Amino acid sequence: MDNGKYEPVIGLEVHAQMKTKSKAFCKCSTEYNAPPNTNVCPVCLGHPGTLPVLNKNLVEFILRLGLATNCTIRDRSIFARKNYFYPDLPKGYQISQYDQPVCYDGYLEIEGSKIGITRIHMEEDSGKSIHDFSTDDSLVDLNRCGVPLIEIVSEPDIKSPKQATEYLSKLKQLVVYLDICDGNMEEGSLRCDVNISVKAKDSKKFGTKCEIKNLNSFKNVTDALEYEIKRQTEVLEKGGGVIHQTMTYDAKSKTTSPMRSKEEAHDYRYFPEPDLVRVFVDQEWKNKIKSELPELPEQKAERFVKQYKIPSYDAEVLTQDRAIADYFENVCKGVGEKSFKAASNWVMTEVMRVLNEEKLEIADFRINGKNLSILINLIAEGKISNNIAKEVYAEMLKITDLSDEKQNPEFIVKEKNLLQLTDSAEIESAIKKIINENPNEVKRYKNGETKLLGFLVGKVMKETSGKANPKTVNDLLKQILLISNLR
Amino acid sequence: MYNDYAVLRSDLNSGKLTAVDVVKYYLANIEKGKHLNAFLSVFKEEAKETASEVDKKIKNCTAGRLAGMVVAVKDVLSLKNKTLTCGSKILENFEALYTATAVQRLIDEDAIIIGKTNCDEFAMGSSNENSAYGAVKNPYDHTRVPGGSSGGSAVAVAADMCMVSLGTDTGGSVRQPAALCGVVGFKPTYGRVSRFGLTAFASSFDTIGPFAKNVQDIALVLEVMAGWDEKDSTCVKKEVENYSSAIGSINENEMTIGIVSDLPSEGLQKEIKDTTDKVIGFLKSNGYQIKPVELPHAKYSIQTYYILTTAEASSNLARYDGARYGHRSKDSKTTEDMNVNSRTEGFGPEVKRRIMLGTYVLSAGYYDAYYKKAQRVRRLIKQDFENAFKEVDLIIMPTTPTTAFKIGEKIDDPLSMYLNDIFTTSSNLSGNPSISIPVGMDNSGLPIGLQIIGRDFDEIGVLKLANYIMRNC
Repeated sequence: MDNGKYEPVIGLEVHAQMKTKSKAFCKCSTEYNAPPNTNVCPVCLGHPGTLPVLNKNLVEFILRLGLATNCTIRDRSIFARKNYFYPDLPKGYQISQYDQPVCYDGYLEIEGSKIGITRIHMEEDSGKSIHDFSTDDSLVDLNRCGVPLIEIVSEPDIKSPKQATEYLSKLKQLVVYLDICDGNMEEGSLRCDVNISVKAKDSKKFGTKCEIKNLNSFKNVTDALEYEIKRQTEVLEKGGGVIHQTMTYDAKSKTTSPMRSKEEAHDYRYFPEPDLVRVFVDQEWKNKIKSELPELPEQKAERFVKQYKIPSYDAEVLTQDRAIADYFENVCKGVGEKSFKAASNWVMTEVMRVLNEEKLEIADFRINGKNLSILINLIAEGKISNNIAKEVYAEMLKITDLSDEKQNPEFIVKEKNLLQLTDSAEIESAIKKIINENPNEVKRYKNGETKLLGFLVGKVMKETSGKANPKTVNDLLKQILLISNLR
Repeated sequence: MYNDYAVLRSDLNSGKLTAVDVVKYYLANIEKGKHLNAFLSVFKEEAKETASEVDKKIKNCTAGRLAGMVVAVKDVLSLKNKTLTCGSKILENFEALYTATAVQRLIDEDAIIIGKTNCDEFAMGSSNENSAYGAVKNPYDHTRVPGGSSGGSAVAVAADMCMVSLGTDTGGSVRQPAALCGVVGFKPTYGRVSRFGLTAFASSFDTIGPFAKNVQDIALVLEVMAGWDEKDSTCVKKEVENYSSAIGSINENEMTIGIVSDLPSEGLQKEIKDTTDKVIGFLKSNGYQIKPVELPHAKYSIQTYYILTTAEASSNLARYDGARYGHRSKDSKTTEDMNVNSRTEGFGPEVKRRIMLGTYVLSAGYYDAYYKKAQRVRRLIKQDFENAFKEVDLIIMPTTPTTAFKIGEKIDDPLSMYLNDIFTTSSNLSGNPSISIPVGMDNSGLPIGLQIIGRDFDEIGVLKLANYIMRNC
C-alpha cells in the first residue's frame, strides 16, 4: 500500500495459550471443549479462602520462548493483580505480571529485520460469557478460567501489515516448535491485539496510536491494519488528529470502530499479588532449559541441507511446520541416501497436496512415514514406475486404518499385480504386437519421424497396463525397430 | 470444667470420662451462654456422633493426639458442607466446598468441631460489633465488647463453651479479644500455619491462631496445625518443632527481654501499665535480663496497617459480586447493577469503608503516595524488629491500651476504634509470632492482657515465656 508521505508504526500484543496439562494456579485440566463448568475447582471458582499455587511448567514454557527470542530473563519476577469486575472473572482480579515480567528486551528476526520484543509475561485467562438474547440471560463457562497464557509484547518496529503477519507467523511457528502452544488461532490459542499509528515519513515523532483488540486470524490482522492505516492517513491528510482509543474490528465490513468508552475506562489498580511468592529463576535452570530447547526452524533447515543433501528451498518448506519436518525425517529413515531428494519431493508435492485439499494437519494424515518410504524404495529399486507409484499412493490413501497391513505398498502392488515387468520376453511380445497393429506409425518412424517413438512406447505401456519399465520398453523398442529395418 | 487438655485426656483414657460427656457439657454451656451471641452455628448432633466415634478410638487405642478436644472455629474458616458466613450478609447461606487445612489437621487428630463462632464481618473490626449477626458480649460484663474480630472465639473459650477455639489475626484479631476476655491467644509467625481455607481479608497479614485457657494447649494445637501446605505458596517449608514438650523447660538466665522505650503511651490505661511493669519486675527478680529497645517506626504502624490491609481487602473482597455465589440483589437489569446492588445490600458499613479506602490507595495517581510508601514503611518496621532482636530474645508490651470498652462506645468513631490495635498491628506488619496472656484485672474486674513478641519462627521462645509467666507470676 502506498500512503504517499505517511507510514505506519505497528506493535503487536500476542496472547498465547500454553498447552500445560493443568491450569496456571490450580490442578484443573486445561482440556478444550469440555462440557461447561466441568474443569473447575474451588480455587479457579474463586471461592473464599482459596489460594493460587503456580504451575511450574508455565514458568518452564515461558522461559523456553524467552530464551528462543533472545530475551533477558529476570531472576526474580513477581505476579500482580489486575483488578476489574466481570462475571467471568471469579476473583474480581486477574493474576498477571505488571512491572516485573519474567522475560524482557528480546527480538525476533524476520526476513532480515529485527523486531524488538519489549516483554513476555505470564497470566491467567478469564472464563467465557455467553449472552442469550432470547431470554436476556448471560451464561458463564469457567472452564477456561485460570488457563495459562503468556503475553508477548513487541516494540513498535513493524512497518507494514505484511510485516505484521510475517512476525505473527514467525511467532506462531516458534511457539509450536517450542511445544508450548498449539498455535490454533480459530480456537483462540493465539490471539492478537495491534497498536497502530501513522506518521509522516520524514518525521521521527510517532503519531497517536489506536489499539485494535482481538484479531483472531492472519487475514483479520492484515485487513484491520490496512483499514486503520487508511483511516488514520485520511484523518491526518484532512489536517485532523487521530484520537487515542481502543477499537474493535468487524470482519464482515472490514472496518474498525471505537469501543464504548466505558469498556476502556478501567483503572486496573495493579498491585503485587500477596498470595504468591516471587518466581526465582537461577542460572542453572536457565542453562537446563537452554540446553533442552528443541531445534528451531532455521537450525533444522540448515541441518536438512547438510544431512539430506536437499536444496535449501526444500529444507525451508519442509521445516515450516515442525510436525511435517518430523514426518519427512521419518520417511528418510526408511530410504537409502539416494532417495532423500525423492522423499523431499513426495512430502512437498503429494503429501502436502492432500493436506491442503483435505485441510488436514500432518498429525491426522493417513499414510505413516514408514509406508511412504517403502513406496519410494519400490520406485528406486525399479519395481514400479513413478506413475504406478502414484496409483499405489492413491490406494494407500483409501485405507483409513493406519495399523492396517493393507496400507503397505508392497501388499497393494502384489494384490493389484502392479509389479513392473522385468521379463524382456513378455515385453518383447507386447512390442511385436504393437508393431504389427501400427504399421503406418512404424513406417513413418523408420522414415525419420523419430518423435513417433514416444507414441509407440505409450502403446506398449498401455498394453502392459503400465507395468513395464518405460526405460526397458524404450530401449527394446528402438532395438527391435532397428533390427526389423535391417531386415 | 475442663481447664487442661492433658488432664482431660488422661481422664478419657482411663475411662473416667467419655468424649460424649465432654461434648454434652460444652453444648449445655453454649445453650446457657446463648445471650453472649458467640456462635453462628452449632453442630449439636454431629459433634455428639463424632464424640462417640472418638470414644471407640480411645478404647481401641487408635485415637489421635487431640481426641476429645472440643474446638470452635471462627466463621471465616472453611469447613466442608457448613455455612461460611464470615459474619456477613453477603455470604448468608453460603456453604463451603472444602475444609481449611488448619481445621482439617485438627480433625485428623480427632478434635471435635462443635460449631462456628461469630466475628466482625470479614474479620474487620476490634469489637465484634461489625457482625451482620449481632454483637458478641463480653462474659465479664455484658455491656462491654469482647474485642474483635475473633470475639466469638475468645468468648467461647472464656465462657467455657469449648476447650480451644481458632481465630484469625490480621492486626490483633486473636490477641486483642484474648486480652479483653482473659484467655490466651496466639498469633503464629506469618507463613507458619497454612492460610488455605481462611477467607482472605489482607493476604499478606492474615494468620490463623488458637485461643485456650493455658499455654500448654495452645502449643499442642499449634504443633498439629503448623507446617507446610502445598495449597498455600506463602506457607513456609520449615520443620515444625515439638512446641508442647519444649515449653516446659526454661533457663531464665539465658533470656533477655526487651521493653520498648519509645512505645506510644498516650491513652494507655494506668492499670495496664502498672500490671505490665509488675510482670517486668517479676521477671527481673527471677533472673531475666531486661533491656530497653527501640522500634522507631512502630508509631506509624496503624497508618501503614490501614493503607496496606485495606488495599488488599479491596481486591480480596471483589469476588463477592452476586454473580456466582452469595447474596444476589433481586431485579437488577444489568450485570453492573447486579454487582453494585448485591454489594451495597450485602456488605456492612465498616467493610464498605475499608473497600473504598483500599480502592483509593491503589488508584492511579495515588498508588505511589499511599500504597508504595506504606510498603516501604512496612519494611522499616520489619527492620526495626530485626534490629531489636539482635539485642533481645523477646519483647513484651501490653496487648491493648485499654480493657474492654462499652458496646456502642467507639462504633461511630472508627479512628478511636482503630487505635485499639496500636500494640498489635506492628507484629502483623513484621510477621513475628506473638501471644497475649491474661496477667490481671483492672479495678472494674476486667481482664488485662500482656503481649510477648518473638523472632520469626521462634514460637518456642514466645510460648516458653508465656507459660513461665502464667505459671509463676
